[in-house]
Amino acid sequence: MVTIDDYGDYETAWCPGCGNFSILKAVKQALVASNLKPHELLFVSGIGQAAKAPHYLNANVFNGLHGRSLPVATGAKLANPNLTVIVESGDGCNYGEGGNHLLAAIRRNIDVTLLVHNNQVYGLTKGQASPTSAEGFVTKAQPQGVPSAPFNPIAVAVAMKAGLVARGFAGMSDHLSELIQQGIAHRGFALIDVLQPCVSFNKVNTFGWYKERCETLPPGYDPTDWEGAMKVAFEWGDKIPIGIIYRDNRLAFEEHFPALREGTLVGLDVDPVMLKKIMNGYG
Amino acid sequence: MKNHSDNKTRRMLNILIGGEAGQGLVTVGQILAKALVRSGYSIVVTQSYQSRIRGGHNTLAIRVGVDEVIAPCESVDLLVALDRDTVTLHSKDLLPDGLVVLDSASEIDGDSLLKVPFKELAQERFSNIAALGVVSSLLGLDQGLMAGTLDDFFGKKDARLAAENDRALAAGVGWTTTHGTSSHKLSAVSDHPKRLMMNGNEAIALGAVSAGLRLYSFYPMTPSTSIGLALAGQAKRMGLIVEQAEDEIAAINMAIGASFAGAPSMVATSGGGFALMVEGVSLAAMTETPVVVVVAQRPAPATGLPTRTEQADLEFVLHAGHGEFPRAIFSPGSVEECFHLTRKAFELAERYQGPMFLLTDQFLADSYRAVMPFELEDLTPVRAGKDVAESPPYQRFAITETGISPRLLPGMTGHLVVADSDEHTQDGHITEDLSMRRQMVEKRLRKGGGIRAEAMPPDVEGDPNPGLLLVSWGSSKGAVQEAASLMKSKGERVATLHFSQVWPLVPDQFMSHLESARQVVSVEGNAFGQLARLIRRETGFDIKKKVLRYDGLPLTPESILGELNR
Repeated sequence: MVTIDDYGDYETAWCPGCGNFSILKAVKQALVASNLKPHELLFVSGIGQAAKAPHYLNANVFNGLHGRSLPVATGAKLANPNLTVIVESGDGCNYGEGGNHLLAAIRRNIDVTLLVHNNQVYGLTKGQASPTSAEGFVTKAQPQGVPSAPFNPIAVAVAMKAGLVARGFAGMSDHLSELIQQGIAHRGFALIDVLQPCVSFNKVNTFGWYKERCETLPPGYDPTDWEGAMKVAFEWGDKIPIGIIYRDNRLAFEEHFPALREGTLVGLDVDPVMLKKIMNGYG
Repeated sequence: MKNHSDNKTRRMLNILIGGEAGQGLVTVGQILAKALVRSGYSIVVTQSYQSRIRGGHNTLAIRVGVDEVIAPCESVDLLVALDRDTVTLHSKDLLPDGLVVLDSASEIDGDSLLKVPFKELAQERFSNIAALGVVSSLLGLDQGLMAGTLDDFFGKKDARLAAENDRALAAGVGWTTTHGTSSHKLSAVSDHPKRLMMNGNEAIALGAVSAGLRLYSFYPMTPSTSIGLALAGQAKRMGLIVEQAEDEIAAINMAIGASFAGAPSMVATSGGGFALMVEGVSLAAMTETPVVVVVAQRPAPATGLPTRTEQADLEFVLHAGHGEFPRAIFSPGSVEECFHLTRKAFELAERYQGPMFLLTDQFLADSYRAVMPFELEDLTPVRAGKDVAESPPYQRFAITETGISPRLLPGMTGHLVVADSDEHTQDGHITEDLSMRRQMVEKRLRKGGGIRAEAMPPDVEGDPNPGLLLVSWGSSKGAVQEAASLMKSKGERVATLHFSQVWPLVPDQFMSHLESARQVVSVEGNAFGQLARLIRRETGFDIKKKVLRYDGLPLTPESILGELNR
């Protein structure tokens, strides 16, 4: 049996009170509940405070470039589908720098769980607007307020019929852990957008602000009802719905490839007879 | 028309087929080239096309010989004009005893014309096949072999189409038997080995698969795209994944992810796409992940001339990626070298755990040649990862004498594999320990010593004490060697120094040649003389005279001699 101790306990570079701590805890709980051993997991992350999270637990880790985690995760999952692949990075990484890769990952439906620490601000670079910052949000870089409308990841993902679309809140760690478990168990792409206060740079969307608004979806809510999910995707105000918002069971990307019939691309021999046949086809 | 027939057969000919995009001239050219290879001839194909789907003016030239052909040439023996522009644009290149094949409906008149009534021979959509019949008959090809090659090309799925094609071919042949000339008959080749017809991109694809490639991710960009097409055609049979990525940034990051997890990977692109990949190159270096990067050059800056050729990205590829890290850059000079050097790039990428490069160009990418089948039996694929004793703690970036650390694959053992684009400790975790930083820089750079020790020396041919030494790299190898042998036949003492690996440069391998020549000239397909600049930087030796071509066309023996004699 896997226990939480298998995932270790490490010193972090995060601010005291950061939402990242409870997300890390929820991740570890979900891994234990999923009975996954550290070496069966690959965390891929980008750049930002959230992207450091995989360094603070025991697992295989590829901490790559800003915004480019999803392609790396896609390549790794295709190479070895036996790995459970989780991408963990922030709103800047996934919704800004790597926006095109998010669209492609949803289209592919690669069996990767994307965990977005969404604090609506850039923390590591000290407080500029993020793609999810509210219009009018004032920062040192946007002193007149953010002039653009915020990106709605849930609406985009539901519109594209992503495999699994969920929203969690760092302040509700057990609920979040349950979402992460479902994301891991889902065979296909799973987006889990995690609302998270930034204690240093976001004085608007604070812990209290989120706590007041976040509300779990009502019992009986049907995440397979796409039209219903599209409505929920636009609910953002006094009430912010959290939970599994949409689910679609189409074929996972890696299931399309004949090359993966054997299970993995790792350690395969080159078929000399077939290679020669292909070469002689040029004759 | 004038009758040239003198019963003398030709040992070498340059055939230029020209027409609009969409007229099927590439189809005709490929089938003719294949028939020539099957008949035992050597070929060099040069494709020159515009960046459009229909219309415009495109050409496909086949230089064919009984003896080995190593370069394209500009003068034309047989001009096959599928449109009027071909005659007006290329008549100037026609040799005095050359022949133009054109439609009799054309109002063009003059000597050296073979006017063919294509409308009488075949329906319009098959007139390119009728032209193929005319040309194959003029060249004296075996008609059974020609018809078989045509059938192989289109397959037998559509019986009616096959019958129409056969009929058009036979009509062309039949007409030529009565109305043609024997002036351009090729000397027959007897007793020839079976050879393949392959272009540079196809050879790269085959070399990669033989080396153990498992994942190829790409974004289409001329002239690299056909590598992906060749691989996609083999994917199911060879157990590969070929994925068209959303952009070049995704392509290289996907390849890095796959390689990290244990699937040997490759990407190919051209200059603009490579510009997008550059951060990924640096990531592969920092995380010490093997990846092979093919850059098929085309004229730039920016979009440049998308379908033409150039050798102007040597400095770019050499310096691509922020920070300092070792690399190797191969620049194949032939289709065979495309195959072998791709394999070599895979081997180095795996052994030294980082990005390795292949620098080709449109000319070589699209240039079909007759090549001997590769001896696949003796070739072993790379094996991802490096075994270590299962004694904890495992350190992915353990500091070693060679700089090479034990590369385990995630999920394949109980050990955890951690890699970071940030500077990291030996176990792969992010660090700002500045003494560790220094050690890691030195560890990475130590791998460069191994890469350098494995550097291939440049090819040296010709006079041991030359009055003139021609220095070149990449796809111009054949053109430079032919130019040199033409000069030699006129009594000049000339030699060539050709680099099929342009980095690392090891001066001990070539300085004596530079120093012993009376005059050294660099011959390059760019405007700076980039190899000459690199040699000067690395050795202090200044190559003052340069023959440079940057009009979008490949270097040819004539263009080199023309510049040298100016």
